[in-house]
Amino acid sequence: MIVLGVVTIKLCVFWLDGEGARAVPLSGHVGFDSMPDQLVNKSVNHGFCFNILCVGETGLGKSTLMDTLFNTKFEGESTQHNQPGVQLKSNTYELQESNVRLKLNVVNTVGFGDQINKEDSYKSIVEFIDAQFEAYLQEELKIKRTLHSYHDTRIHACLYFIAPTGHSLKSLDLVTMKKLDSKVNIIPIIAKSDAISKSELAKFKIKITSELVSNGVQIYQFPTDDETVAEINSTMNGHLPFAVVGSTEEVKIGNKMVRARQYPWGTVQVENENHCDFVKLREMLIRVNMEDLREQTHTRHYELYRRCKLEEMGFKDTDPDSKPFSLQETYEAKRNEFMGELQKKEEEMRQMFVQRVKEKEGELKEAEKELHEKFDRLKKLHQDEKKKLEDKKKALDDELNSFKQKKTAAELLQAQTQQAGSSSTLKKDKERKK
Amino acid sequence: YPPSVISPTPSSEFGYVGIDAILEQMRRKAMKQGFEVNIMVVGQSGLGKSTLTNTLFKSKVSRRSVMTTEEERIPKTIEIKSISHVIEEKGVRMKLTVIDTPGFGDQINNENCWQPIMKFINAQYEQYLQEEINIDRKKRIPDSRVHCCIYFIPPTGHCLRPIDIEFMRHLSKVVNIVPVIAKADTLTLEERNFFKQKIREDLRANEIDIYPQNEFDEDAEDRMINEKIRAMIPFAVVGSDQEYQVNGKRLLGRKTRWGTVEVENTTHCEFAYLRDLLIRTHMQNIKDITSSIHYEMYRVRRLNENNTKPNGQPAIHTNGVPEHEVLSHEM
Repeated sequence: MIVLGVVTIKLCVFWLDGEGARAVPLSGHVGFDSMPDQLVNKSVNHGFCFNILCVGETGLGKSTLMDTLFNTKFEGESTQHNQPGVQLKSNTYELQESNVRLKLNVVNTVGFGDQINKEDSYKSIVEFIDAQFEAYLQEELKIKRTLHSYHDTRIHACLYFIAPTGHSLKSLDLVTMKKLDSKVNIIPIIAKSDAISKSELAKFKIKITSELVSNGVQIYQFPTDDETVAEINSTMNGHLPFAVVGSTEEVKIGNKMVRARQYPWGTVQVENENHCDFVKLREMLIRVNMEDLREQTHTRHYELYRRCKLEEMGFKDTDPDSKPFSLQETYEAKRNEFMGELQKKEEEMRQMFVQRVKEKEGELKEAEKELHEKFDRLKKLHQDEKKKLEDKKKALDDELNSFKQKKTAAELLQAQTQQAGSSSTLKKDKERKK
Repeated sequence: YPPSVISPTPSSEFGYVGIDAILEQMRRKAMKQGFEVNIMVVGQSGLGKSTLTNTLFKSKVSRRSVMTTEEERIPKTIEIKSISHVIEEKGVRMKLTVIDTPGFGDQINNENCWQPIMKFINAQYEQYLQEEINIDRKKRIPDSRVHCCIYFIPPTGHCLRPIDIEFMRHLSKVVNIVPVIAKADTLTLEERNFFKQKIREDLRANEIDIYPQNEFDEDAEDRMINEKIRAMIPFAVVGSDQEYQVNGKRLLGRKTRWGTVEVENTTHCEFAYLRDLLIRTHMQNIKDITSSIHYEMYRVRRLNENNTKPNGQPAIHTNGVPEHEVLSHEM
């Protein structure tokens, strides 16, 4: 049994916003200490989901890092550098470790930083993040909704890949992170950090951190309010941005196979904390703060989006005197307004359609008329031709006939002449004989 | 365990990623936030409601434990009294609210006795809904919704009375109802089994869905567990906050001249089953059914409320009370 005094103070501080409730001691084992287990079991049955957005220029090793973090080979070829704009490609994977089923969604920015004009690069990213919030909001506002089985696509963590220049952040990075910091938990990481020496790295980190601070970029802070993890989280906060190296290739070091990148001058071991911060990233992102990242997304970023969106749509909170459910009424009013507009548009479209039909009809009639005229002309031409030909034919026939006649006459005459000739020849012969 | 992936080439040689650490993270969060549970007890005066509540939570959490002597009279109308306490066990903190309904079933005319209770339950849903639809809303909406209503059936041994049927028929539509046979130490085992059977028949005949409801069984495993529970309901309970020496042990019980009824002995009564169901195994489930089913149904009705029926029938208020009945009641 716990000392009542201590318990009372702890509990009173704890439930500050609720009505005051007295603390009472228990005289035996009740059994509600199983509640966290009951809650966890329910979640295990449902499965978990975690959505990571990787923002960074093409070629910074985003896919490789994901492979290394989650100990697997995700599908996909490396992307080209000639994308016309920034697109977001999303892939979902089902992972399982002991009894935990995780639906992992990895979203990659394809073509980020490749364009000549990068002014609008951040826009597609912001639109994508907002679209996921919108989808959730729509489900929440539905009359018949299924929130407990909703597949949450909201981005829980944004890994921002910084190029290992060693100098400072690029202006594209600053602009993009500034646009994203109120919408998503940003964890900045220095990609391919084996390109930087240790001393340069320390300076680079300091420069990055100070630039972020001076530009007012809010990156995700690992939470320090729970004593169990406060210490490790606050230490890790000091190591941001994490300098990471990713690799899925195995190299033999000593008698073990480790994941590493092999160079002629040495081997960078991914899981060696002296070589890079990969282990720190994995620890923070997955093993310690995954749940907090999900919670911050829901209670802070999503709520902000929801508040802004609803205010934009014209909703206000009611004061205690006014009728309840202004949300319903405003919704109805907006709906009627929308329906009215819709009807008006429909009417306009109908008018335009009728107009167009008339015009088209006129055009068609014109065309028809022309065609008829053409047809008539052609017909007449044809008839004329025909007549001409017939006349010619007739003339020819006449000629033929007269020729025939002449021929017959000529033949007859010839025959007569021949006969006469032959008889005259005969006669001549006869006379000679005499 | 090496992680496995539904996707080509898993490289499972490097072992642990650590995604199962999320379970520990969730547990930590739950311990930090604590839990809230609201239980209502309904039944006429003298059925041992307060004692049973105290027995369930092994502490003085019932209304009777905190009321003054003036409140001991049976009220002339049904009152709804909420008492909250904070209890802690092995680091797990719980805010327990017990909602008592003195005056229920105690009047000469008990018509519509279920109405004020229905109204209260719906008022809690309303309060939650109002908070939920705010633009600027709290991080954690305080949950005053009734998660479970324990209904006390007097141990007549025959069958359900009309008031029992009326109440459970109306309320089972908006809240999880767990009926119990009160003061079960007045029934022999045979009488008890007969009574239970009759009650289950009456419930079926009147289409009353008590907790755990058939239609909300999630999977085969769930169904198996819940079928066993449904076969035992209503639990025949005995409550006590007095300890007696039995066979060298100190046990909660009721001592009579012919023996001592041990409250937590399952051969004597079914208190332990009730406690296990409500607290040790199904407490989270009771809360889930309340929030994802009963509350959602209320919300749907409420959001559709502005549409009155086209044929002129009076709209039914979402608190379940038909309009014309409310008027006559006020007259």
